[in-house]
Order: sequence, then structure tokens, then C-alpha cells
Amino acid sequence: MMQALAMVLRGIGRRVVDGVWRMGVATRFFALTLLYSGQCFRRPGLIVREIFSSGVLSLIIILVSGLFVGMVLGLQGYETLQTYGSEEALGILVALSLVRELGPVVAALLFASRAGSAITAEIGLMKATEQIAAMEMMAVNPVARVVAPRFWGAVISMPFLAAMFSAMGIFGGYLVGVVLIGVDEGSFWSQMQAAVDFREDVLNGVIKSVVFGIAVTAIALFEGYDAPPTAEGVSRATTRTVVTSSLAILGLDFILTAIMFRGV
Amino acid sequence: MHGLAPADPAVSDLSIEIRDLSFAYDQRLVLKGIDLTARRGQVIAIMGNSGCGKTTLLRLIGGALKPSRGRLLVEGTDMSTLDERGLYRLRRRMGMLFQFGALFTDLTVFENVAFALREHSDLPEEMIRDLVFMKLNAVGLRGAHDLKPSELSGGMARRVALARAIALEPALILYDEPFAGLDPISLGVTGNLIRRLTDTLGVTSVVVTHDVQESLKIVDYVYFVSEGVIEARGTPAELRASVLPYVHQFVHGEADGPVPFHYPAPDYAEDLGVVA
Amino acid sequence: MQRATIDFWVGVFVVAGIGALLFLALRVGNMGAFDRAETYTVKATFNNVGGLKVRAPVKSAGVVVGRVSAIGFDPELYEASVTLRIDARYRFPVDTTASIMTSGLLGEQYVALEAGGDDRMLAAGDTLRLTQGAVVLENLIGHFIYGRGDADKTNSAAEH
Repeated sequence: MMQALAMVLRGIGRRVVDGVWRMGVATRFFALTLLYSGQCFRRPGLIVREIFSSGVLSLIIILVSGLFVGMVLGLQGYETLQTYGSEEALGILVALSLVRELGPVVAALLFASRAGSAITAEIGLMKATEQIAAMEMMAVNPVARVVAPRFWGAVISMPFLAAMFSAMGIFGGYLVGVVLIGVDEGSFWSQMQAAVDFREDVLNGVIKSVVFGIAVTAIALFEGYDAPPTAEGVSRATTRTVVTSSLAILGLDFILTAIMFRGV
Repeated sequence: MHGLAPADPAVSDLSIEIRDLSFAYDQRLVLKGIDLTARRGQVIAIMGNSGCGKTTLLRLIGGALKPSRGRLLVEGTDMSTLDERGLYRLRRRMGMLFQFGALFTDLTVFENVAFALREHSDLPEEMIRDLVFMKLNAVGLRGAHDLKPSELSGGMARRVALARAIALEPALILYDEPFAGLDPISLGVTGNLIRRLTDTLGVTSVVVTHDVQESLKIVDYVYFVSEGVIEARGTPAELRASVLPYVHQFVHGEADGPVPFHYPAPDYAEDLGVVA
Repeated sequence: MQRATIDFWVGVFVVAGIGALLFLALRVGNMGAFDRAETYTVKATFNNVGGLKVRAPVKSAGVVVGRVSAIGFDPELYEASVTLRIDARYRFPVDTTASIMTSGLLGEQYVALEAGGDDRMLAAGDTLRLTQGAVVLENLIGHFIYGRGDADKTNSAAEH
């Protein structure tokens, strides 16, 4: 009995110690990424290539999802607002929910599964096929050459993607609300403009998306770099990237929202 | 370009000097008291069965691991005192061929070979082009410069990786299982390339392999590693004539001998339950 | 992929991203309006702010001239102290009346300024002396039910 209890406790203890240890390794890795970022800023071509693979290639899914989310918001919002006879507020509802929450959060979730998983898989495979080791043997620091450009490319892409998601969503809401249902166009836009504040809403949304971008990319890079160099290891790391970064996005979103919109 | 700087001739013509080197993963001793030397212009082979520690030895020479005990001098530099900067400086004078080539899959053959040149020099584009074509020509794949690594056969990938390894004109080239998984023709081609490059470039080559027949044809000196110690050493001729049971088993590819066919196990009859 | 192609698409991506940000800032948000313009703040105390929120518009004659920048409680007067940030282009006399109004029956609440006749103008940091708090729906209903007698108490006119 006592022995079983001791075993359970040992198991818990080992998990905690392992978790803390991994956190430490991840933090150190993140610090190294920042430390070795100098080189890739002297060679912007490296970052441009990564903006292409994480930003441009995520564009389609972001734009299409944004449009549909906005259209659904338009429909649902209209249904609800109609009950109170304030359909004109549809613009506010669509814009605020997108700019403050859905834009940064959903764009980041999509980004995690599209670009984050790709980053993890790519780096994991580079490690499994000894490309990382080969680079080290060629006296090229893989953190500076492979990790840092991907980090900055993705972090730069994220706010743009979130902004495009929101803009596309508002367009979708406009399409359903104004063009299809026939809400008054003037009040749709003017109410929206009166209610959406640049600093409080738009800028805070951008800040959120930057934070999410950093979190997703840092997780994706670490998982890739830390993956066991086997097919199974890489596939598990990819899954972990999506799961961990999705949870991180939602958790961070709560914290950021609590800080940013506390006064409202 | 650092890769072109000749080694200080005053030091010696020793490319690699290993004295009483030991290495342990955690608590497990993988290498015990290794002595090994490689002279400039030599091809030496480190042979042994799988898991004997020969790849670990190669990684120690490449500086990917640090020895637990003993001396390890590469090109006259003590590896145990090197910091990261010094290690990277030394590695510019090393080339390494990985087991399956380890080509960068997102770059073309040309860009793979040009990689180190682009990273370590500010050479103009035409000069990089000329250098890359020279290296690719040396391995006979100048015509394949536009292909992606995924379009190459295993043997071709190995040769491209070799061209990449010699891009910076290293003084020392390390080969990790260069013959693994190659068809007989590619095998011969790769073996000849290793010999020819060593002679023409005046480099030192260290080949880790378990392919006895192919490597005995091209190497100058062989070290047999078993269970973390050097079991035997000598020129290919000496080893072919060796009567040491381990070497004999290895050179002639016998199934059973000092390296047993069976993994240590309890008595067969007992496991089958026929005794009792 | 060719370097030129990548550069082209990344260029398109960045321009589209900046375009989306500008769209959010100018068309969706109100950055163009007066956020960046010069403002001055004045205070007003109300006996009841109702559902007034920070950032609610301040309107005069129906035109937005400023925003509510803070709402606090004055522990000495036991009243709500509201800070208004007003566009510097618009000056108001010192006897301006501030009242809390509702746009529509259930719409959002805003502060309405009604200019008085004084020659002296409000300066930054001044306090508006004439205010009228929010109409509380329950009191209004009570007013209808119990007749005119309670009118003075319930329509919450508070003049200092």
C-alpha cells in the first residue's frame, strides 16, 4: 500500500521535474534564437523566404476562413439584433468581435495548424536526416541559419494575417448584412466607426496577434528542434505543436483580454 | 577564405592524434582508451560491427561530442579546450559526408554545394559558380546541378554530398558509412572518389564503415574497433593475413565467431520449456 | 522556387497586410476622426451615470465632439465624477449643461453638451457645474404610476 503510494508520488514528481526541465530547455532555446537573430537581419533574403512559406502560403486559408466567419457573424448577429430592433448595430457587432477577439485568435489558431505544424515538421525532418548536423559540421550555426529566420518570418507574418482575417470578416459581414439582408449601409459603417476605437480595439488586436505569433512560432520551432529524429518522433512533435500552441493562444488571449479591456 | 589556409607545417604532418581517449554517454562507457593517428594524405578506416562506438569516435573528431578523458588533437588543435567559436573555425577546415548525404532538401544540387561558400565568404557570384561547377565536375555530376535532392539516386546524393564536403577545400574529410545502401557500381564509384580526392587534394580522410571488402581496396590503414577498444590495427595487407579470430571473422564475413550470432540469452531449451 | 517570385509574393503579402491594417484603422475604426487631434479635458459630476461607459461619445447638437475618458466616484459628494475629453477645435461656455442621454430607447448612453450664454469659455481642467444625470427607467416608470407628485425627486435633475 505504502509502496503503491510512493510509486504514484514518484510518478507525479518525475512528471513535474521533467516538465520544468523541458520548460528550461525551451526558454534557453528561445533566448538563443533571439541571441543569434543578428545574422538573419543582415541577410533579409532569409526572412523574406520564411515570410513566404509561413505568411503567403497561409493566405488562402486565412482569407477564406475570415470571409466565412464574417458571414456567419453577419447572419447570427442579425438574427439576434433583429429581436431588439437594432439591426444597425450589426456593424459594431461584426467589427468588434473580429477586431478584438476572432481576428487575432482564429487567425492564430489557423496559423498554428498551417504554418506552425509545417515549421515543426520541416525542422524535425532536417534533424532526422542529419541536415542540422551537416550544417553544424559546415561551421554554420543552425539556430542562426535555420531557426532565427523562421522565427522572424512567422512573427512578422502573423499580424498581417490577423488584420487580413478581420478585414475579410468585416467584408463578409457587410456582404451578408448589407448586400443580402439589406441593413442600411450608412448606419452599418457609421455605427461601426463610432464604436470601434483605433487604440483600444484595433491596436490591441494587433498586439494580441503579435504575442500569439511569437508564442506559436517559438513552440513550433522548439518542438521541431527537440523532436526525436524518427518518423514517429516528428509526427508526435507536429501534433504537440498544434495542441500546445492552440492552448497557449487561448490562455494568452484570456490574460491579454483581462489586461487590455478591464476598464471597459 | 579560411578553408584554404594550410595547416602549420611546423606542428607535424599528423592530421589527427588521439591518445588514451575515453568517452561515456551518461554512465555507459562507449570508448575506452583509444589510440589513433592519421597522417596527411592518408585514408584511414575505422571499422567494426554496428554499435561498437565507431560513429561516436567520428563525432568526437568532428567536435560534436567532447571526450570524457584523454587527448584529441585535430589539425594540431586540442579539441577539449575549444570554445564554440574556435570549434567553428576549425570546422571550416573539415568536411563531413553523412551516412545518407544529409543534403538540404529545399535547395538544388548547385545551392547545396554553394552553401558553405555563401555562408563563409563574400565571393562574387561568378566565382561561386565556377567553384561549384569544379566540385561537381570532380564527382561527375556537373550535369545534375539543377536537380533537387529528391530527384537523385542514393549514390548520386552521396556524391553531391561529397562535392559539398570539399567545397571549402578542407584539410580533413570525415565519412560516416559512405558505402551504406549503395549498389555495386555506386560502391565502386564512391570508393574510387574517396581515394582520388584524398590524393589530388592532399587531404586526410577518415572513413567509418563496416564494408570491409570495398574499404580494404582504398585505405592506407585500418583500425578495428570492438566493444569500445581498438581490437586490431594495420594495413589492409596485414589485416587480410591476420589470424586474430575477431579480424578473421570480420574480414571474411563469418556468421559466428568471437562476435556471436546469438544475443546473450538464457539456455535455449530452458526458454522453450523442454527442460524441467 | 525562384527568388524573384518569392520576393514578388512577399511584396504582395506585405502590401495587402498593411492595406488591411489601414482599412481597420480608418474605415472600421475611428482613427481619422479626432483621436489624434488636440483635446482638452473637463470634469462633470452627476448624481447618476446610469449605464455610461468609458469611451462613450460626447455630443453637442448631435455631433460627436469628444469622448468620456474616465468615470470615477467622488467620495465627498457621493456622486459620479466623469472626465470628458473634448476636441480642442470646439470651445464651450462655462455655463454649458452636461446631461446623460440615451440614443434610442435601449441604445448606448452618451453625454450631451448644451452650450449656455456666458462669454467666458471652459478651459482644460474646469468642472461643468450644470449637469443632469441619467434617466433611470425604474424611476421613470414609478413617476408615471404614482403621478406628478414625485416628479422632482424622480427625474433626478441635480443642479449644484
